[in-house]
Amino acid sequence: MTEGTVDAVAGGVAMPEHVSYTLRVNGREHRVSEAALTESLLYVLRERLDLKGAKGACEQGECGSCSVLLDGLLECSCTVLAAAAAGREITTVEGLTPEDGSLTDLQDAFVAEGAVQCGFCTPGLIVALSDLLRRNPAASELEVREAISGNLCRCTGYGRILAAVQAVQEARSA
Amino acid sequence: MPVLLPASLPEAFDALAADPAAQLLAGGTDFMVEANAGHRRPGSVVSLTRVKELRGFRLDGQSVVIGAGLTYTEMMEPGFAELVPGLAQAARTVGSPQIRNAGTIGGNLATASPAGDTLPILAALDADVTVASSPRERRTVKLAELITGPKRHTLEPGEIILDVRVPARAGRQEFLKVGTRNAMVIAVASVAVVVDFAGRSVRVALGSVGPTVIRAHEAEHEAARLIDWDSNRLVGSLDGWGDFDDLVRAAARPIDDHRSTAAFRRHAAAICAKRALERIVDGRGSEAA
Ligand SMILES: Cc1cc2nc3c(=O)[nH]c(=O)nc-3n(C[C@H](O)[C@H](O)[C@H](O)COP(=O)(O)OP(=O)(O)OC[C@H]3O[C@@H](n4cnc5c(N)ncnc54)[C@H](O)[C@@H]3O)c2cc1C
Ligand code: FES
Ligand code: FES
Repeated sequence: MTEGTVDAVAGGVAMPEHVSYTLRVNGREHRVSEAALTESLLYVLRERLDLKGAKGACEQGECGSCSVLLDGLLECSCTVLAAAAAGREITTVEGLTPEDGSLTDLQDAFVAEGAVQCGFCTPGLIVALSDLLRRNPAASELEVREAISGNLCRCTGYGRILAAVQAVQEARSA
Repeated sequence: MPVLLPASLPEAFDALAADPAAQLLAGGTDFMVEANAGHRRPGSVVSLTRVKELRGFRLDGQSVVIGAGLTYTEMMEPGFAELVPGLAQAARTVGSPQIRNAGTIGGNLATASPAGDTLPILAALDADVTVASSPRERRTVKLAELITGPKRHTLEPGEIILDVRVPARAGRQEFLKVGTRNAMVIAVASVAVVVDFAGRSVRVALGSVGPTVIRAHEAEHEAARLIDWDSNRLVGSLDGWGDFDDLVRAAARPIDDHRSTAAFRRHAAAICAKRALERIVDGRGSEAA
């Protein structure tokens, strides 16, 4: 296998539409064996690596519930071909939380401000907003709204989410 | 090898030569939507994301050479926006932050959607697209030769879009798009206008109102007639737009579909074109620095 290729051998027999590769997720290497060629990163995270943080809904890049970071950039894992993400640094919502199982300040603020209702959109929003606050700690409300314009929430009406972000910004700058 | 991740263009050409039926993948934002829905079943894939020659952009004399792998997020960065402001404006209207981080100009061209948001400004700037099937076999085509209809292009199997060449800092540029909300919306109608005060010309290109992007040539001539090129102002008053908007309306060839009626599309294109021209001529257009 040459560098930068994904090897496709299943029991010594090349299977044209199956692939095996290694993904680096939250700092750990995961071997994926004999996956179907077109599996999305979302599918592989949830169904093969048992990382259920990223949620699947539209599977067409519209709802943002599957948001992850790829080499530090926010993307929808449903529009990423899993096999082509080999060699990239993948961060899911699981990778943002402290090892001891506690929550981040942003997650705590979501709970405290009532920004978690059914919770389906929450992991995607946490990934998107953690990314925003890292890049732009003093983001204005308009910038916050734009940063989550690709994350749909059917429950909160977004007001609680904006309140949670504001609470974190105030606490961090205090 | 069903999924190849070449790091350079020669490696990508080698991969395609060995497996001409392999499908190209860039940001995946069109490709994976089709794959997830079962409408695309590739036997093998060549991912272009790591091909270094397709990344970034560079200045070549008076031109900007835009790598096919340039993402929308990268087009919005100040260093690029100052060279091709209309493209930065268009990029900002695409999808969401997630889509803009992944989606590329090369993918937008190859998808050849009538609503592709980079296409109107590229048409208005008379862009040249370079495609290649090997390191030696390159050809340069105009947008209208590359994209011939809805989702129809003239790329040969095994051909890769390498780059798009447009003039740097070409006059004042505006891109306007109408949809049902501000984010995550496919254009119902879009317009790019470029006014080149040095060359005394006006370019108007319309998106989402025809099988592919449309240059409104007669409207362009009318606009050029209405501008006093010595003072860079309009001849007459701001509502003295002559037949400009009617000529835009006449150039549009829209259809009725689930997103809009043809009549509304035609109307929106004309209003947007007029507004874009007003912004440019009364000095509020996004000007190249
Ligand atoms: C939620 C969502 C919102 C969107 N919103 C918009 C929008 O507002 N405006 C808009 O215009 N589009 C929009 N799109 C469509 C899409 O994001 C764009 O068309 C994007 O530019 C596609 O680029 P990509 O890099 O993701 O291409 P991919 O999906 O990787 O590829 C698309 C096609 O291009 C081919 N291809 C890619 N690169 C090359 C190359 N260098 N040479 C030859 N062929 C190539 C591929 O083989 C494939 O057929 C949206 C998509 C989604 C999922
Ligand atoms: S499941 Fe990926 S954006 Fe909706
Ligand atoms: S909390 Fe239910 S979708 Fe956002």
